[in-house]
Amino acid sequence: MILIDSIPFAEMKSEAVHIFPDECCGFIFGNEHADGTRKVSKINVVNNAKPGDKRRRFEISPKDYMQAERFALENDILLLGIYHSHPNHPAIPSEHDRVAAQPWFSYVIISVMQGQFDHIRSWRLNDASQFEEEQISSVHLNKII
Amino acid sequence: MATVIIPTPLRKFTNQTARLQVEAGTVGEIIEKITFDFPELKKHLLDPQGSIRSFVNIFSGDDDIRDLQKEKTPVNESSVISIIPAIAGGKY
Repeated sequence: MILIDSIPFAEMKSEAVHIFPDECCGFIFGNEHADGTRKVSKINVVNNAKPGDKRRRFEISPKDYMQAERFALENDILLLGIYHSHPNHPAIPSEHDRVAAQPWFSYVIISVMQGQFDHIRSWRLNDASQFEEEQISSVHLNKII
Repeated sequence: MATVIIPTPLRKFTNQTARLQVEAGTVGEIIEKITFDFPELKKHLLDPQGSIRSFVNIFSGDDDIRDLQKEKTPVNESSVISIIPAIAGGKY
């Protein structure tokens, strides 16, 4: 289960719509409770560094990644994962997403259809390196969508 | 000893340790030591031939070791070595 606070949710949604038809990307920060529930309290929007077609690919520069890890260590917060958008495509991870995915991280995907926010889903790799959906709290979502 | 910053997704293989102190002369020696101490790191950092995986970036300070002397990049007590996974993806 992953909870996304209203401010980071609004920021992700806004960025995904603003960048459409390109893919946006960034980091999600927060904490993880003993029962495994994650709570996203902050995001950091970064530039999609992918050379060429950004409409179906994203890439985060090593320096942006290094800064995100430093930010987390300095602020006693966890770097929980990555978010990105799928313009005119469902929020389902592709094989390209899977092969590049890291263990433990949450991968939040925002679907934007024709320039409008459509839906959001979150995924994590299992021990067999396959994505499994991580439920986003529906009660929470009802409050913030 | 050099400081090695372990990226969050790999900390489950280092007993949740974020920073490791390692006595070594080069980046290559650091990788060798940490994969010996934490064997589960190996498949995430090294390919079957024992080279650093192409989608793993190693930085010494703010510099990519590919722009320095790669695995032979020297380290000292003030060195901060960051292991940085490549982050990428796309809708299809």
